[in-house]
Amino acid sequence: MSVLVGRETRLLVQGMGKHGTFHAIGCREYGTKVVGGVTPGKGGTKTEGFPLFDSVEQAVAKTGANVSVIFVPPPGAADAIMEAADAGIPLVVCITEGIPTLDMVKVAAYLKGRKTRLIGPNCPGIISPGEKCKVGIMPGHIHKGGSVGVVSRSGTLTYEAVGQLTALGIGQSTCIGIGGDPIIGTTHTDALALFNKDRGTKAIVMIGEIGGNAEEEAAAYARPHVEKPVVGFIAGQTAPPGRRMGHAGAIIAGGKGTAAEKMKIMRAAGIHVVKSPADIGAAVAKLLKK
Amino acid sequence: MKIHEYQGKAILASFGVPVPKGKVAYTAGEAVEIGKELGFPVVVKAQIHAGGRGKGGGVKLARSAEDCESIAKTMLGMTLVTHQTGSEGRVVRRLLIEQGMDLAGSREMYLAIVVDRASGRPVFMASGQGGMDIEEVAAKNPKAILKETIEAAVGFQAFQARKLAFGLGIPAALVPKSVAFMQSLYRAFEGTDASLLEINPFLQTKAGELLALDAKLNLDDNALYRHSDLKELRDFDEEDPLEVEASKFSLNYIKLEGGNVGCMVNGAGLAMATMDIIKLAGGCPANFLDVGGGASAEQIKNAFRILLADKEVRAVLINIFGGILRCDILAEGVIAAVRDLRVQVPVVVRMKGNNEQKGKEMLRGSGLNFVATDDMKEAARRVVAAAGADR
Repeated sequence: MSVLVGRETRLLVQGMGKHGTFHAIGCREYGTKVVGGVTPGKGGTKTEGFPLFDSVEQAVAKTGANVSVIFVPPPGAADAIMEAADAGIPLVVCITEGIPTLDMVKVAAYLKGRKTRLIGPNCPGIISPGEKCKVGIMPGHIHKGGSVGVVSRSGTLTYEAVGQLTALGIGQSTCIGIGGDPIIGTTHTDALALFNKDRGTKAIVMIGEIGGNAEEEAAAYARPHVEKPVVGFIAGQTAPPGRRMGHAGAIIAGGKGTAAEKMKIMRAAGIHVVKSPADIGAAVAKLLKK
Repeated sequence: MKIHEYQGKAILASFGVPVPKGKVAYTAGEAVEIGKELGFPVVVKAQIHAGGRGKGGGVKLARSAEDCESIAKTMLGMTLVTHQTGSEGRVVRRLLIEQGMDLAGSREMYLAIVVDRASGRPVFMASGQGGMDIEEVAAKNPKAILKETIEAAVGFQAFQARKLAFGLGIPAALVPKSVAFMQSLYRAFEGTDASLLEINPFLQTKAGELLALDAKLNLDDNALYRHSDLKELRDFDEEDPLEVEASKFSLNYIKLEGGNVGCMVNGAGLAMATMDIIKLAGGCPANFLDVGGGASAEQIKNAFRILLADKEVRAVLINIFGGILRCDILAEGVIAAVRDLRVQVPVVVRMKGNNEQKGKEMLRGSGLNFVATDDMKEAARRVVAAAGADR
């Protein structure tokens, strides 16, 4: 069992440049049904066996694509998200890093009232290992099918957590990288709700970081709604205030968004917060034994 | 990206926001010339990328040319310490010379525009308590801050500006002027792809004039590609030289005060987590450094140069979760960098990915001062011990 992506996924890749093509191949090799790519001007041709289209609308009509992954560079990425939404694609995963915030303000407004769910931007993507479906840039081989849902704002730190789980023999239902930008589509709260409903998910790992208050909101949601055990970690416990720690959204501003505050609120909501990033896997193992 | 007050004010003026008359001076002589042009008294304001300048002695009134010269001479080259600069302070290299305002009978208020992360929309904020630290106002009396959320499709509307103006208690006769002022601010925010625009204080003079007495304009780094003119406003003197050097190689480096364990990590989240685990192991991280996804030999060499330029660093922890990356190639890069740069401090390498075993064997067989492990906790323990033992 999984959430959002799985056996039914028919993936379209927007932005079939060098980077996009490389990862399209990676997704296909992992087992994802990649039905084609969109590069305006290349419609009707093929690359690496993928049929190319001039627009998302055409691609959807021809291939029945129901998920799109975006590798379009920042100046065109917001446009690509809106094009996918306009074509009615229910799930859009945007990998692109460096989209201007005011572009994302427009995207957020555009998606309101539409049925499209956005994951990202500035994220590694989403993977359901048990169903051999990878939509993104994560290393597939570190994953293992199973019953732990993982949601995280970061890329390699998610791989770290997944690596720990797999090493302990604990598989994952779905791992969602929601991205490190200030404005993102799917939030921690959304992911908790999805995992809570999913019958194949027995426990949840929620990895956050300094900045914003998405983890606090997720904790407020988890307290009355989430019955499954949740293990939490917040990166940036030693980060200085006022400095952007790599991710556009990772900044302690005006004394708000510190790791200490987030950890406290998450603990109060019943989330099992670990202090050390090396303890995430072990904490899940302990909860699953209970 | 942060810019100076005088640059921010020039941008605001170009969008029709009224600001006091003024010019930037790099020498005391220029300061006096500008003062004479404007007529005394003038205000001499130190230009650094940090707030709280007034309390630190960075804002002074000059009543005459002599006055202006002596103030400018003292201020230029001085190290200004404010609550935002940290203990090391910032050297003042530029001054803004501005016309002196008659503040008698005037009122100081606060205006700001930011993007609210939760709603994904810009928010226009206003408060009657200008000149004060707005964070303090927000903490003590959040109701004193008025907020209007802006819809992307239509922008900031006149009725929203009116609500804020009446809410601030601005006299009815001045409300139309306030609306124009606020709408110009929003145009500037949007037009420059700002991440923060703050006017504190927003001044209403006795004569009924409205002015941006101070201006803080932060720009969205991700949007600078479409503002080549604004990109040039970057002042490298205001940034840590190592951070500037790192940015040339697409390395994301932030120096931390008081640490002695250098760290080199791929990915921002893992880089933060690595700092955290060093602290948990009883050590103190010297920096944040994200080498990016690739971690090529060239990048690793550049990263080492930056890390080791910080003389406090006693040991280095390399934490790379390769995934697709091959660890033998990574090991090759690390060995080459350590050889070429004659790295003296102990280096602990923790790597995960393909060909892990081979990578570790290469490090161990190199004859160099490496500790190789695949366990993050163990790596942190070893690097902290190494940093301490070397003292």
